This record gives sequence, structure tokens and C-alpha cells, in this order.
Amino acid sequence: MTTALALPAARFTDLLAAEWIKLRSLRSTYWALGSSALGIIFFNANAARADYTNYPHYNGVVRAHFTSWALRDAFTQGAALILVLAAASIGAITIVGEYSTGLIRTTFAAVPDRRALTTAKMLVVTAVMTVYGAVIAGASFIATQAILDGRGQGLSIGHPGALRVVAASALLAPVSALVGMGLAALIRHSATTMVLSVFLLLLLPSFVTERYHWTACVRNALPFNAWARLVNIEYGHEPYTLVSRYPTTVAGGWVVFAVWASVAAVVAVVAVDRRDV
Amino acid sequence: MIEVSQLTKRYGGTMAVRDLSFTVRPGHVTGFLGPNGAGKTTTLRMLLGLVEPTSGTATVSGHSFRRHPRGLHHVGALLDAGDVHGGRTARAHLQALARSNRIPARRVEEVLIEVGLAGAAARRRIGGYSLGMKQRLGIATALLGDPPVLLFDEPLNGLDPEGVLWVRGLFRKLAAEGRTVFVSSHLMSEMENTADELIVIGRGELIAAESLTAFAERGTRPAVTVRTPDAGALADALSAEGAAVAPYDEETLKVTGLSSDRIGEIAFEHRFLLRELATQTASLEAAFMELTADSVEYLAGEPR
Repeated sequence: MTTALALPAARFTDLLAAEWIKLRSLRSTYWALGSSALGIIFFNANAARADYTNYPHYNGVVRAHFTSWALRDAFTQGAALILVLAAASIGAITIVGEYSTGLIRTTFAAVPDRRALTTAKMLVVTAVMTVYGAVIAGASFIATQAILDGRGQGLSIGHPGALRVVAASALLAPVSALVGMGLAALIRHSATTMVLSVFLLLLLPSFVTERYHWTACVRNALPFNAWARLVNIEYGHEPYTLVSRYPTTVAGGWVVFAVWASVAAVVAVVAVDRRDV
Repeated sequence: MIEVSQLTKRYGGTMAVRDLSFTVRPGHVTGFLGPNGAGKTTTLRMLLGLVEPTSGTATVSGHSFRRHPRGLHHVGALLDAGDVHGGRTARAHLQALARSNRIPARRVEEVLIEVGLAGAAARRRIGGYSLGMKQRLGIATALLGDPPVLLFDEPLNGLDPEGVLWVRGLFRKLAAEGRTVFVSSHLMSEMENTADELIVIGRGELIAAESLTAFAERGTRPAVTVRTPDAGALADALSAEGAAVAPYDEETLKVTGLSSDRIGEIAFEHRFLLRELATQTASLEAAFMELTADSVEYLAGEPR
């Protein structure tokens, strides 16, 4: 037999490289990342433009608290909704795309170590989505504050809380992508995965009331609400806003991000490892 | 070497594979035959660790395939030509697979040339490929790691006649290099010119595991068709020589137990005029149909 190729030791970095090739060799990756990024940045810039236009009509109270308005424009709630939707879909599609096409069997025949494979895929997607989130949040911050500078109200990234707004918004992308991947590994069906991702990440946060202690706990444990808490710089001190009966902390927000990301990762690794394909 | 031992897979109430045991040796092309739904694909998937057996074992070179961290150097497989992502180019598809197994990128170009997909075809997205081209890509994938064991599930589907000839030649070459080549098909005719050894299954159970020639002999014994105006008299003469004679129509006899040479001599001695003398060799197709008749899952005309 002619074994021309020597048997090299399997390395985890090769799996990372292979997953990177898979991600960048699909045209849809560029479209999904590019169009959603532009849309989100535009969405935020438009909010800043509205405040810029309305600024002359704002009263003294608003102007006195305008820092929190400027930081809200830096990454608006609407933009966060789009970001979650885009990131969860892109994450989910990296797994569902393999199952629905049958590629998963070719992949597993090449790499029988499914745990290593899934871990590599999640690391690559997490890294890409973190860069994606950072670019969007960074560009949104720069664009919005440049617009508000026209009223002398633009903030620098060094302003207290500004970095937290940018970081929390950037990290919302990888957290959502991981949740999308976890659900995809469990469900393995495109449409159902999308419906459940949207329900869990986007609908549930507005369905759960903060009236009772236990519902408030559920509400505060959802990633979208964790993001909302993290970017709310004047939490509990703003005028015109009700103080929550069961308030949360900034640290709690970061913990919610970390827990959702890790649980989703573990679920994906275990689900992919256990099932027949 | 592939060893399957008491392999069983149950899906709910259905037994896809039942207590299946066989061995596939290196140096031969071994055909894996069975009607649709016989359990061929399930067996191949269990060999690759894609499907977990309910009981029993399936090993390649003595190891359970899933124990290997990487697979391409151990087993090359084409399970379904459609198991690809249509959005990638053939080259990107192979590059990702090669990289995951630490196979150098030049090997991708080698296999693309070998299967005839080099050049413009490799830069096209797989979604635009014909089934035949996808089969070639699947074969390229199987060859990527230069493995000692190769599995092909229905590799001839969608190939043009030139492609079929090429694949048969390739399988023989791989076997001649000392590799184990295991090829499934639901068509006996495809195996006739491809395989030396056969594993035949039906309804998840083993029917035969032997050489192609031995299998052919299991079928209907060779018969000779004789056409003569004196059918009745010739039948008596042949019966006297110990042949089993069955009249087919007024002029035609089906003779078993005597060679066509001997029948010709007897006819000559008795001065019978022969209009036709033809040997019907035992057909593999007939042997296959006969053996699998009880195990065909979806028989035409049968109430389901």
C-alpha cells in the first residue's frame, strides 16, 4: 500500500483553522455580518440625529441629564434587538447549516472527536461575533457622539459608563450567537431553532413582569434585560423613570451574560456528542 | 479490514439491522448488496460511528472508528454525495476537511485532479454541481487522507458511463494497492463488473458473504435452450442421457444437466436438425433476486 502521507498528531488548532475556513468560505457569512452591522450602526446614528434635531426643544431637566441620553443613543434598544436577532441567527446557522445539508456526516467522518469539533466551532464563532459586536458597538459610539457633538453633547469613551455601554453591547453579539448555537444543537431544524431563539431572547424579556419576586428573578436572568441593565448608566437615578421593586446590579448583568454563554456552550457540546446523525 | 459482529440497530419498533456479522478483507473490492431498506446505509453509518449500535460492534482495523480523534487517515468514506454545503466551492469544502486532519493543502489539488474536478470546476459552488460531479467530489473526499479502508455508499448513482468505468478502475486500483474497498449497491448489475467479494443483506440480516462466483452459482443452474422441429424425439434422447428436459413451447426445450457441446453431439448422432442452441449462464441478477425475494422491503404490487 502506498501511504505517502505520514500520520500527523491531531491538533486542536487545526480544527480551529478548519472551522475558520468553513465560516469564511460561505458568501452568506459576509452578507449576514455586513448588512446587519450597517443596519445597526445606521439605527443608532439615526437616534442621535433625532436628538440632535430635537435638542433645541428639550427643557432644562433633560439637558441636565443629557449624558444618559447620549449614552442611550450610543446603542439603542432597537439596535440591540436587531443585534440579538442577527447574532443568534448567524450562530444557529453555523450548526443547523451542517445538519440540514447532511454535511455533518462528512464532518464527523473526518473528525470523529465531536466534542473537540463543536468546541472549535464555538470558539471560532464566538471570536468572530465578539469582533463583529465590538466593531458595531465601537462604530455606533463614534458615530452617535460625533453627531451629538454638533450640540456640544458628544461624550468621549473615557466618560464614566461609556465603556460599559460599548462593552455590554459588543458582548451581546457572542452571547446571543452562543445561545443560537446551543438551541440549534438541540433542535437541529432551521425554522424551529429561529422561532425558539426569538422567543427566548427577544419576546420573553418583555412578557415577564417585575411585579413579583420570582418573575423579577426570571426577568433579570434574561440576557436582553441584563444588557439593558448594563447600559443603563443612571439606573435608579434618572428622572421620569420608575425605580424597580427588585433592582439588579451591574455585576449581576455580567454574570447573566457569562452563565448563558457557558450553559449554551455545554448544551451544544453534549447534544452534538450524544446523538445519531 | 472491517469486522462487524452481531451488529443490531433498532429504531423504535423497526429493526434496521439485526444480528449482522461479517468481515471485509483488504486487497479486494467487496460489494455490499441488498434491496432498498435492507440496512446497508445504517450499517455503514455504524461503521463510521455516526449512528450508535443498539448492540454488537463494528470495527475498522480493530478499532471503533469513533475512538480516533481524526478520521480521514483511517477510513475514507462517501456516504451520500449530497452531504455537502451547496454554498461552498469544492476546493473550500476539501480544504476545510483537509485542514481539520492536518493534511497539506497540496493534497487537495491532487485529489481534485484525480477525480477530474481540477480547474474551473473546483472554483464553482457545489450547489451548482450535477449528481455525477458531487459523486466525484465525494470520492475526492474519501481519497483525501490516503486511507487503508474506503467505504462507498451507492457511488455509481448519477455517473455517466465514462464515469462508471473510471470508478470501477479506481476501485480495482485501490484494492490492488492492498486497501479494503467496501462498496454498497442495490443493483446486482453494478457489482457484476466491480466487486470480487460480496456481502448480501436483506431486511437487516445477512444473506450471503462469499465470492462473486460462488454467489452466482447459488442462482439458477446453467440451462441450455434448444430449438428443433423434432422437439419430442430429441427430448427423449436427451432424457436417456440423464438430462432434465422441460418443454418451453412446441419447438423449444430447456435442458439442464448437459452441456451445450454434449447436446450438439447427441443431436448430430440422432440426425436432428437444430435451429438454436444457446447456453444461459447463471445470472447474478437472478441469483440476487432469488435470494432476496423474501426480504424485499417494498415489493411492487404488494399491499403495504
